Amino acid sequence: MVPVMSADVDSTTTTASRRAPVGPMVPARYRVAGRQPEAADAFTIDLLPIDEPIDEPEPGQFTMLYAFGVGEVPISVSGCPHREGGVLRHTIRAVGATTRALCGLEAGSVVGVRGPFGTGWGVSAARGSDVLIVGGGIGLAPLRPVVRDVLADREQFGNVAVLIGARTPADLLFVAETEQWRSRPDAHVAVTVDAAPRGWEGNVGLVTMLLDRLPITTDRSTVFLCGPEVMIRVVARELVDAGTDAERILVSLERNMHCAIRQCGHCQLGPLFICADGPVVTWAAAEPLLEVRRW
Amino acid sequence: MKTTSIRDLLAEQPVLRDLEPADIDLMAGCSHNEVFAAGTSLAREREVANRFFVVREGHVALELHAPTEPLLIETIGAGDLVGWSWLFPPYRWAYDVEAIERTRVIVIEAACLRDKCDADPAFGYRVMKRFAHVVIDRLHTTQYRLLDLYGAGDVR
Repeated sequence: MVPVMSADVDSTTTTASRRAPVGPMVPARYRVAGRQPEAADAFTIDLLPIDEPIDEPEPGQFTMLYAFGVGEVPISVSGCPHREGGVLRHTIRAVGATTRALCGLEAGSVVGVRGPFGTGWGVSAARGSDVLIVGGGIGLAPLRPVVRDVLADREQFGNVAVLIGARTPADLLFVAETEQWRSRPDAHVAVTVDAAPRGWEGNVGLVTMLLDRLPITTDRSTVFLCGPEVMIRVVARELVDAGTDAERILVSLERNMHCAIRQCGHCQLGPLFICADGPVVTWAAAEPLLEVRRW
Repeated sequence: MKTTSIRDLLAEQPVLRDLEPADIDLMAGCSHNEVFAAGTSLAREREVANRFFVVREGHVALELHAPTEPLLIETIGAGDLVGWSWLFPPYRWAYDVEAIERTRVIVIEAACLRDKCDADPAFGYRVMKRFAHVVIDRLHTTQYRLLDLYGAGDVR
């Protein structure tokens, strides 16, 4: 059993007892308000502040989530409080000790939150253009707020397409919500998996197979792309070959963020500190850095 | 009611976009439309591959026969090509093809097209280039899928 701080703070904590964070390295305490399984190894946890809340994150930014006694990890925000009834939402894949601890938190547990950190997607800059959102695996999590923002202000954008890839149908995130998106006549939503049992009626194949025949014009669209780095490269290159400006392809990079404040250098990628200069960067900026063979 | 000729339908297909208008004319002479209901078979593994398909609407599944239940390899949707076993001997399908939903396809008769390719090597070369492009694309995506791209990255 991984030791995680239990619900030892009364939900009626008074304002007087609240402790404002004193700097970016000091976590604010948040209580787990809810936890939903998304896939076999992924969970969404909703957090409500005990201390003074962190600033409202922008879609694409991340926080450092601290499972007390276990460790701290960078997790992209999958739901911003202003669109989630006040809760701060993260969707986490359990792949190591800390993420397993976070995924195992019961309602009422307390975690530490630092942030928000890094660059966001800048959704409002895409107004007036067609929008293509491509999420692979857990990479759909930081894109969920983008989809919600775009669909909430739908008339502000041109044609909208959302493409989702996953390993198997059981690994798909936000399944019910995806169906809601898919039911909208003003958005093209397609899902594909790498492998599926018989009976699966969706697509089977790489997410690039969904790029053909999209109802968007590649030369005047804004692309939001997140997923495994190889998938990012394959999709971005195909889009550039089809005429999309690399400056209009936004990608979210994952590196080994520790301090999140440009101090420790763990997340350095060439001249960029991904914790501060990223995680969202243009493909024009990312491509030459990702092409470096071996560090 | 306006009807679209098989030639114009072929010309609309992205998968054939590199072919010249005269090539499409030649191909149209070997082509016709068919509709498959959900669950019906377009081809069976080891059957003679005497035709191939361009999907116009709907989806088909490529499946491998297995003792328990068929294994789903890939799905092919509108605008894409199904089948290249017709290109080389022994001209036998390598997998089953089944309609997942009601699917409209253009059927191209393989022997007819092969004869035209043999009679006009320049045409045959352009057709071969187009199909090689599709095969290489499909090979690359298969290689990427083998990498299990969505597997665990950072293990913290």
